[in-house]
Amino acid sequence: MKKRFILFCTVALMAIAMLVTGCGGSSDNANEGTPGAGKAENILVWGRGGDSVGLDPSMITDGESGKVTINVFDTLVEYEPDNTAVQAALATDWEVSEDGTVWTFNLREGVKFHDGTDFNAEAVVINVERWMNKDHPLNNGECKYWSYMFNGYAPDSIVTKVEATGDYQVQFSLKEPFAPFIQNLAMFPFAIASPAALEEYGSDFFKNPVGTGPFKFVEWIQDDKVTLVKNEEYWGEVAKIDTLVFRSIPDNSARFLELQAGTIDMMDGVNPDDVAAAKANEQFQMILRPSMNVGYLALNTEKEPLGNKQVRQAINMAINKQAIIDAFFAGLAKPAKNPLPPSLWGYNDDIVPYEYNPEQAKALLAEAGYPDGFKTTVWAMPVPRPYMPQGQKVAEAIQADLAAVGIEAEIVSYEWGIYLEKAENGEHDMILLGWTGDNGDPDNFIYALLDKDNAVKGSSNNYAFYKSDQVHDLLIKAQREMDQDKRSDLYKQAQVIIHEDAPWVPLDHSTDPLVLMKYVKGYMPHPTGIEKVNTVSVQ
Amino acid sequence: MLSYIIKRILMIIPVIIGVSILSFLLIHLVPGDPARMMLGERATPKQLVELRETLGLNDPLYVQYGRFVEKAVQGDLGSSVRSKMPVFEEMGNKLPATLELTLFALTIAVLLGGLAGVVSAVKPYSIFDNLSMGLALFGVSIPVFWLGLMLIWIFGVHLHMLPPSGRLTVGVELQTITNLYILDSLLTGNWKAFKDALSHIIMPAVALSTIPMAMIARVTRSSMLEVLGQDYIRTAWAKGLPGRLVIFRHAFKNAFLPVLTVIGLQFGYLLGGAVMTEEIFSWPGVGRWLFVAISARDFPIVQGGILMVALLFVTINLIVDILYTYVDPRIRLD
Repeated sequence: MKKRFILFCTVALMAIAMLVTGCGGSSDNANEGTPGAGKAENILVWGRGGDSVGLDPSMITDGESGKVTINVFDTLVEYEPDNTAVQAALATDWEVSEDGTVWTFNLREGVKFHDGTDFNAEAVVINVERWMNKDHPLNNGECKYWSYMFNGYAPDSIVTKVEATGDYQVQFSLKEPFAPFIQNLAMFPFAIASPAALEEYGSDFFKNPVGTGPFKFVEWIQDDKVTLVKNEEYWGEVAKIDTLVFRSIPDNSARFLELQAGTIDMMDGVNPDDVAAAKANEQFQMILRPSMNVGYLALNTEKEPLGNKQVRQAINMAINKQAIIDAFFAGLAKPAKNPLPPSLWGYNDDIVPYEYNPEQAKALLAEAGYPDGFKTTVWAMPVPRPYMPQGQKVAEAIQADLAAVGIEAEIVSYEWGIYLEKAENGEHDMILLGWTGDNGDPDNFIYALLDKDNAVKGSSNNYAFYKSDQVHDLLIKAQREMDQDKRSDLYKQAQVIIHEDAPWVPLDHSTDPLVLMKYVKGYMPHPTGIEKVNTVSVQ
Repeated sequence: MLSYIIKRILMIIPVIIGVSILSFLLIHLVPGDPARMMLGERATPKQLVELRETLGLNDPLYVQYGRFVEKAVQGDLGSSVRSKMPVFEEMGNKLPATLELTLFALTIAVLLGGLAGVVSAVKPYSIFDNLSMGLALFGVSIPVFWLGLMLIWIFGVHLHMLPPSGRLTVGVELQTITNLYILDSLLTGNWKAFKDALSHIIMPAVALSTIPMAMIARVTRSSMLEVLGQDYIRTAWAKGLPGRLVIFRHAFKNAFLPVLTVIGLQFGYLLGGAVMTEEIFSWPGVGRWLFVAISARDFPIVQGGILMVALLFVTINLIVDILYTYVDPRIRLD
């Protein structure tokens, strides 16, 4: 009898629960969007695929963390809203010494951290020392990006010293002139945190971030959501929305359904299959994020016959990039002609891409001494990346294109770790790979991927093993030149030589689509993938 | 009783050792260099060397395993490579969410599945039997991701009856104590949060319950059919006992044992295996946590997480074994 009673109670409870919530569900939801209208509450909910790893900007490397921290923190200098040129932020102006080794920054006065403490030169010095020194007591982990961007930690780092030369002035001393310095400082990891909060929270700072940015941190429920509120005292443009919420909704289709249900206001990571539906829906607007990546086919110049320039040019003519983009990128990518994406300064738009022309490719092959083609391999990336969502399929398309000009290519693939290991050792003939930029500096693409310094077996990033002294001279000169216009010129010259030598078949620059409710206004996606949203309104 | 429990706990030890070896070897069984796998295409040789050192990958395998066990028994399962948070702490954040969902799904599965099984057995080959067993087959076969998306599409997008995903609507406040939101909202008397949390759990729980529900229904049916054919049941009918008494008191009680086994197994399975449901419904639980860790090659989490889930699984099985003796006193403890 007792058991039956319990069973009955359970069933009754469930039934009541379903009734209660079933009725309450829709009327409760104040956030729902209706076509054309704004929102009742001044809140922006951003649906994204992954959660942040941490909210201490200097200890993280992933974009999902950066998306949040860039709104809580400021950097000394920042990128312009739609490109990667640098503008003032917490530093109002700066100058570099004649020899290019001392950078002096004048800081913005009257800025306060969210905890009420003052932003000043001392705060900057504490932060920089924390980044530079791997074992700094205020670290929880290490500032990986410092090591990537400034050639290692102290004492190896290119930055030797940072000091306060006034209450609102700091000076960086460098070992040698290093032009990307200012460009690097605009990256999200180099954001200034409140020293008081760093002390207070210690190793828990990553879940209690305190900066000077347009939004203050409220709450982070892991794998669920991060909530921020507007900082009324922001030194720049005070946010138009009161609350900013980043929700993690891992499944692309489910996220799109959430947008349709009106429970989120914008989303990234749209399924290619959903793009048409998003475009057709009158409630939505679609925005393409400018690309800062490149997908490419590297031709190993140390393997015959790929050492022959004419052969490489012929391969460039044999591959139909547009067809690949239409088939495997849902058309959401631009065909590439340079190793740089077009959103970067220094991009050489005068270069005329190799035209898709199998006949001419055949003729060129014959001229190079391969009238009947040759046998080779194409390595297919085993993991999806934005610039290469379906490596195997792209490799198959390339295989077919090459077969049409008489080149018989076998597709090879390995597990990702082995793939990279073998590629670094130069075991491949042609290999699919790609790169996403860090700091918006052309050096980060061309030098990293195509300079002879990086064509070292065992640790190569230059998978074509392309070694041009001419290009090397230009790139080194550009690294030591502080004037951006002059640098831009040097990179443009390098691109001309690279185009002629054709160590790669540059394939694509992918653009990530975002879908927003129509009432979301003023949002501007940045090529780096992260941006402040203080200019966005939802009314 | 106590000696039985102790004996059973001792029997767990070899299982745990086996699981620990497997989860430890995981990092070494994947082809290639684990450090390279974790750091990906951007790694510099220096970083690779450093990570190998941090993870102790240069030592012989048995030394590494010894270190892993030594730390694990002290409750230190290492820290996430990405977030630097201790695995144990991260697990503590995810487990309540999964537990809540699992309990809810299992309740639905046991109630509906059990009922369907009993009714089907009482009236075998009737319309209801065929229908419910057909549905059970459907329940086992239907892909959860499809069912989940359909539920969201119908009840979330079109009917606006239930929130599409997540655990709580943005803007609803809840003071957490146990991180079981429904329990917390009751404990703090937060009626609004209770309604909201409940409305969020319905769809994922229904989606998650289909497979266990179907299995429970089928096992209950076959077990009941067997019992209903026994002599003592005929006797019960013959002496004129009311039908529900015969079925529930006399038959079901005896038919329950295999059902209990299935419930126990499914419970353990759901705790670690609700990846698809958690993924579709943005439910911040253990399955999704492990899934993300696997894709990000966060090996400490994968190792520690698998070990913990296995431990839970074994514990639940132990509890089920002990429950047997209550359900069927004929089972001897020794």
